[in-house]
Amino acid sequence: MATQNAPGGTGKPGTARHFKVWRGDESGGELTDYQVQVNEGEVVLDVIHRLQATEAPDLACRWNCKAGKCGSCSMEINGMPRLGCMTRMSTFEENETVTITPLRTFPVIRDLVTDVSYNYEKARETPAFAPPTDLEPGDYRMQQVDVERSQEFRKCIECFLCQNTCHVVRDHEENKVAFSGPRYFIRAAELDMHPLDAKADRKEYAQASQGLGYCNITKCCTEVCPEHIKITDNAIIPMKERVVDRRYDPVVWLGSKIFRRGKQNEAVQGQTPRDPDELGSVHSHAGGSHEPEAEVGAERGVHWGRQVPHPTAPPLDSRGRLAISEFTFDKAAAPSPFGDDVTFPLPAEGLNYSHPDQPQAKD
Amino acid sequence: MTTRIERHHYDVVVIGAGGAGLRAAIEARLAGKRTAIISKSLFGKAHTVMAEGGAAAAMGNVNSRDNWQVHFRDTMRGGKFLNNFRMAELHAKESPQRIWELETYGALFDRTKDGKISQRNFGGHEYPRLAHVGDRTGLELIRTLQQKIVSLQQEDKKAHGDYEARIKVFAETTITELLLDGDRVAGAFGYYRESGEFVLFEAPAVVLATGGVGRSYLVTSNSWEYTGDGHALALRAGATLINMEFLQFHPTGMVWPVSVKGILVTESVRGDGGVLKNSEGKRFMFNYVPDVFRKQYAETEEEADRWYTDPDNNRRPPELLPRDEVARAINAEVKAGRGTPAGGVYLDIASRLPAEEVRRRLPSMYHQFKELADVDITAEPMEVGPTCHYVMGGVEVDPDSGAAAGHVQGLFAAGEVSGGMHGSNRLGGNSLSDLLVFGRRAGGHASAYAEGLAARPKVAAADVEAAVDRALAPLEREGGENPYTLQQDLQAVMGDLVGIIRRKGELEESLVKLADLRDRVTRVAASGGRRYNPGWHLALDLRNMLVVSECTARAALEREESRGGHTREDFPTMAPQWRTVNLVCSLDGDKVRLEHKPLPRMRGELIQLFDRAELAKYLTEEELADFDALTAEAHAEEAAN
Ligand SMILES: Cc1cc2nc3c(=O)[nH]c(=O)nc-3n(C[C@H](O)[C@H](O)[C@H](O)COP(=O)(O)OP(=O)(O)OC[C@H]3O[C@@H](n4cnc5c(N)ncnc54)[C@H](O)[C@@H]3O)c2cc1C
Ligand code: SF4
Ligand code: SF4
Ligand code: FES
Repeated sequence: MATQNAPGGTGKPGTARHFKVWRGDESGGELTDYQVQVNEGEVVLDVIHRLQATEAPDLACRWNCKAGKCGSCSMEINGMPRLGCMTRMSTFEENETVTITPLRTFPVIRDLVTDVSYNYEKARETPAFAPPTDLEPGDYRMQQVDVERSQEFRKCIECFLCQNTCHVVRDHEENKVAFSGPRYFIRAAELDMHPLDAKADRKEYAQASQGLGYCNITKCCTEVCPEHIKITDNAIIPMKERVVDRRYDPVVWLGSKIFRRGKQNEAVQGQTPRDPDELGSVHSHAGGSHEPEAEVGAERGVHWGRQVPHPTAPPLDSRGRLAISEFTFDKAAAPSPFGDDVTFPLPAEGLNYSHPDQPQAKD
Repeated sequence: MTTRIERHHYDVVVIGAGGAGLRAAIEARLAGKRTAIISKSLFGKAHTVMAEGGAAAAMGNVNSRDNWQVHFRDTMRGGKFLNNFRMAELHAKESPQRIWELETYGALFDRTKDGKISQRNFGGHEYPRLAHVGDRTGLELIRTLQQKIVSLQQEDKKAHGDYEARIKVFAETTITELLLDGDRVAGAFGYYRESGEFVLFEAPAVVLATGGVGRSYLVTSNSWEYTGDGHALALRAGATLINMEFLQFHPTGMVWPVSVKGILVTESVRGDGGVLKNSEGKRFMFNYVPDVFRKQYAETEEEADRWYTDPDNNRRPPELLPRDEVARAINAEVKAGRGTPAGGVYLDIASRLPAEEVRRRLPSMYHQFKELADVDITAEPMEVGPTCHYVMGGVEVDPDSGAAAGHVQGLFAAGEVSGGMHGSNRLGGNSLSDLLVFGRRAGGHASAYAEGLAARPKVAAADVEAAVDRALAPLEREGGENPYTLQQDLQAVMGDLVGIIRRKGELEESLVKLADLRDRVTRVAASGGRRYNPGWHLALDLRNMLVVSECTARAALEREESRGGHTREDFPTMAPQWRTVNLVCSLDGDKVRLEHKPLPRMRGELIQLFDRAELAKYLTEEELADFDALTAEAHAEEAAN
């Protein structure tokens, strides 16, 4: 197929562009400068492959499909969590420096590869599909409209960008124990909406054991999802609503409250547990997920060791229900996952990527 | 050598975490065996995730006339009668059960109006047969199996207090060597990509489910994983490969823009009404209907267009010919100077369906091209051309058990890495069901084999040391060849000389060049350390790519005919006597040896599913005479009753 190897005369010759790629491992690293030839129609992953084939053969980066289908090539490009294979170079200015860093929420293994085992552990804790006991294989009957709701969540390619972005764990290693993250909320929602799933307490489980209460509906996860799954609107909010409804049934309320308290104490070790029910005045929006010092930290660049806000529970309104407040928020569309006052690209000098296990630099 | 080596003991080790590997592992675990699943990438990322169109199973949900016999017939036709008939039979019979079983694991397929699993049309299938979920069927399949494994682990946790008590996933772990005790498999040796540390699995039974070989080609839909590891591991362990000359080039991979080059445009675009046009705007497929398919395909555009709404009374549009026919037609158009600037042809759905309808039927296709390349498939035609996609050839196996042929015991293979099922050409959708049917069989038989052994084979310490040395060699070599350059050179040889259309002279030249490359690969060097070093990983994979490429080139040179995924310009037609022959590759030292082996003969009741007229296109005179005798016998019997 020699004919296809040549660009076929259609393409413009490439131009050299400036890249900064984070190189290093858990003991530290730095942004390394590269000048790379970029051709028309290429994506960031093409550039990484060119680097591997030329200057940096040992540059570590995950990928498989190069088509946005496998969710392997997650990285942060100019600070935005993205798939490398789905980020076209044409979205940047000709003279713009493109900074590529590993996912921030997970420990670095090497270069752009992080240890995402947290997600697989959470997957394993989420109770599996419970098949109906009265149906033989082949006898399942479901209507398309009924499966479509769950199908939306099954589009998930497990890129973990939502997990990486969610502020509950992004800078809070300690929350990882109790919080499964948006990917596994949609898994619970998917099973909850599955027409034939025989397990009836998916929502209660999400609240009691997956840490659904930590989510304050900032929608950051929805924003970064490459599959455009409406994580917040279609999974998290419906689950919270039902949970809240049930909790105000006096009997259920008492039972689940006692249960949850015990559970939380055990889950968030060493932390003063906050009862999500008692929190009324908690911020919940863009920037709201970042406390002032954290904001300052963010301005200075990525800083693993900075003081971080406590997990927050969603505020309830006077009737004790969840205010689905993103609909009444003062800005159009979903808020920026990084706070409205952070602009990209972040100053590259500030991206220091010190690993949490590494001795922290003094401020 | 003082390298630390982690050791594990398992009953069954499954290499590969795609559809075939996961299904095999589930079966082994259900049989009570301690099972390890090993995968080069993360759990749930294997190639199966990319399959789009669907999984073929004759459930008859959409057209009740469909049944396993029809599916069997289509499969044999598609493979040009070179398939192992027993595998095609088992596949056609068992795939509906395997699909239904997925529903009990939680899969959510698209539905028909009466609530059953919906089935769609696909090239080469007589009736709508592909169970699907939009155009992300592979994702549904792998996620479902992944979640079933999690559910088994949850059961184990309840019973034994440990998720990994009986089934454990070793993600990002690459196997470089199978270890033997005499003729018996004793274990598998590899490294963790993450740390570069070595790991040894001691196990009496190994299931290979490593997928294909596409990385030896430049325009390919395959990922970095597809370096033919399983094929090469099997060869080195003393097993044999068959049908290696048959590679499938998907007819419609994107050729432009660059960022999407090699990405496939699913066949369902054609199933849903998309048509192929050359640069002159002509719908050219009508000129390329081979004689054997004349009866089933429309001759005019009008008839073809009527088929979409009334398939019972019209013949199919020629765009839905088996994919090798389509690939060849596109290639011919391009060679005749009627291609696009980037060397493809146009695939047009935009002018055939309203934009809304295109988005609804092909959501991820639409989304993918919009996002990747800013191409709006509802507004403009796509530029497509043949892309290396699937290898029909693979480990020669016993059809019922998946046990590898040759002189090795305890080795099983399933999925793309095994050969025979698809003959010379695979029908779309037959792979996903193949993974399930034969994955389950291989897992079950591997367990039974492990069960039946009186004593466990032992791994020899010297073999492990040799494996360590071989793995470390590229890192210790100074100033050797760059692995990426070698890979590019290999891709150039295979693409130019052993590509979709082949010639004797070029194939001979390829063997010379491959020998030269083999020499250079022994001098490959990787810079950097052992931790997650892709250069080192590639350096190790090259050895596998090379031996497998050599099998393909040798077999392609030997087979002097054109059939399915093997097209010889100097022998442009099918030759019935070649249909009776499988080309079998084995290793003799480090040399590839090629032998002819007769194809097993189809059982009487199966061959009688076909018309004599159809068989006449494939069978030799003697075979036809036998067929006539069979028919006469059957008639006589009927008369007697
Ligand atoms: C773009 C695309 C679309 C397709 N569409 C369809 C379709 O619509 N219908 C259909 O039926 N088929 C389709 N196919 C074909 C089908 O997807 C594949 O043939 C099938 O998924 C192969 O599955 P498998 O289980 O054999 O291997 P894979 O899913 O490829 O898995 C191979 C596994 O082996 C592992 N592995 C490989 N080497 C090693 C090693 N040395 N050590 C450890 N692990 C190793 C890999 O990590 C991986 O986990 C498509 C293929 C592609 C590329
Ligand atoms: S809505 Fe915000 S808090 Fe909730 S899961 Fe998504 S990112 Fe996390
Ligand atoms: S929900 Fe979206 S962002 Fe999260 S893992 Fe799945 S595909 Fe990625
Ligand atoms: S490589 Fe698969 S999503 Fe990017």
